Amino acid sequence: MPVKVEIPSPLREHTGGKTEVAVSGATVQAALDDLVKQFPTIGPKLFDGGKLRPYINVFVNDEDIRYLDDMQTAVPDGQVVAIIPAVAGG
Amino acid sequence: MATLDFSTGLRCRVCGKLYPKEAINFCKDDFGPLEADYDYEAVARNITRAKVEKRPKNMWRYRELLPIAGEPTVGPQVGGTPLVKADRLADALGVRNLWIKNDAVNFPTLSFKDRVVSVALSKAREFGMKTVGCASTGNLANSVAANAAAAGLETYILIPSSLERSKILGTSIFGSNVIAVDGTYDEVNRLCTQIALKYGWGFVNVNLRPYYAEGSKTFGFEIAEDLGWRFPQHVVCPMAGGALIGKIHKAFTELNKVGLVSEANTCKMYGAQATGCNPITDAVKTNKERHKPIRKPNTICKSLAIGDPADGYFAAKLIRETGGWAEDVSDEEIIEGISLLARTEGIFAETAGGATVAVARKLIDQGRLPKDEEIVLCITGNGLKTLDALYEAIEAPVNIKPALSEFDSLVGGREPVAV
Repeated sequence: MPVKVEIPSPLREHTGGKTEVAVSGATVQAALDDLVKQFPTIGPKLFDGGKLRPYINVFVNDEDIRYLDDMQTAVPDGQVVAIIPAVAGG
Repeated sequence: MATLDFSTGLRCRVCGKLYPKEAINFCKDDFGPLEADYDYEAVARNITRAKVEKRPKNMWRYRELLPIAGEPTVGPQVGGTPLVKADRLADALGVRNLWIKNDAVNFPTLSFKDRVVSVALSKAREFGMKTVGCASTGNLANSVAANAAAAGLETYILIPSSLERSKILGTSIFGSNVIAVDGTYDEVNRLCTQIALKYGWGFVNVNLRPYYAEGSKTFGFEIAEDLGWRFPQHVVCPMAGGALIGKIHKAFTELNKVGLVSEANTCKMYGAQATGCNPITDAVKTNKERHKPIRKPNTICKSLAIGDPADGYFAAKLIRETGGWAEDVSDEEIIEGISLLARTEGIFAETAGGATVAVARKLIDQGRLPKDEEIVLCITGNGLKTLDALYEAIEAPVNIKPALSEFDSLVGGREPVAV
């Protein structure tokens, strides 16, 4: 079973309207790399100079990857990687 | 009547791209935060001190610098809270010139959040939204619930389930849909972003955030006007998401920009947090450009318990650039701060206010806040909302029978007055 990446609405214009995309990859980095391979225009939105932009948070099964192993966080088959805008709250 | 809406759109704080006035909080190119932008030259031509001073004493007297189109339809009486000369607290802290900006008595829900909510919900109605909500550590929940009730809006309010009872009760009473989430504030906040994107409702601190945050400027406008249209030298402000401290400073800069205050804004900004949740003060003290988020905040100061503050980067940068500083204090120090403010000034602040007073004391002791310059402390919420933090710390009253002899023995040694 592949990994699913949840696409927030502002990025769906880059995924042909898809709300989630099936990708392959054992880590968050590999999963997002595969996402960019499938939908190249999403790349510059997510990454700046190869690094994830600071106002994007990524969650694996609802846990912020900064509290796990960041981009190297393992993503077992069937799990969900969510991309969520970070600018909220307070 | 000429328009009073001088906002021109929303501008990305990272890349500068300008967006139309819509319910959106981040840039579609880099996810950077959006902030309301104004035609300041037009504001300058249309605003005078006399014009402002003739208006009712509430936050809307500065409405040329707020991003709403027509008359405010929510919270028309918010703001106009006292700036108190705090001489007894000044003596206790060993400083000469101290003021308290007291939003513990803001209307209608006794915290500064009524300022941000009235802008956000006025904007929500402009956008035709019928359902609104927020992620909250308590004060915002109270304010959205009350102001939305008065405006007849449906509300969904999400809070961490560990909040103080009084803050939960003070939300539910207004008939909101209150949802307690088993998780931290940051988890509640992430969920609200997902809900706002999915359902398109107006979440005041998510998709309405650029408008919402502007309401905080009125806290700063009022300080400057009440000082006689000038700025203090130092402001100490509590930090949760880190937006308020930035907006107070922005308010001062804008007053200068539109000609209401002639002196330049050189005010130094100081941030206060609890040691149990100190991402921003840690970033300042250890000179990190970006804060390290706190997974599990652990403090009685729940209103400041945001482990991953959205404006953390900007708050730390502002503190550095203005020449201020940041400190955090323990739960015991927070309670001492609440108590000191209450006993010297008769003002009962919530835990965030206790943190602000305690941090001010620490900064004065460190020599970071000069003893002979003008300081304003920002009190943003009311102590009656955070009684849970105090039950064990405050001494119970002495208990006696209704007999004069019992009272006499209590005050033994006091001379009776001959009548």
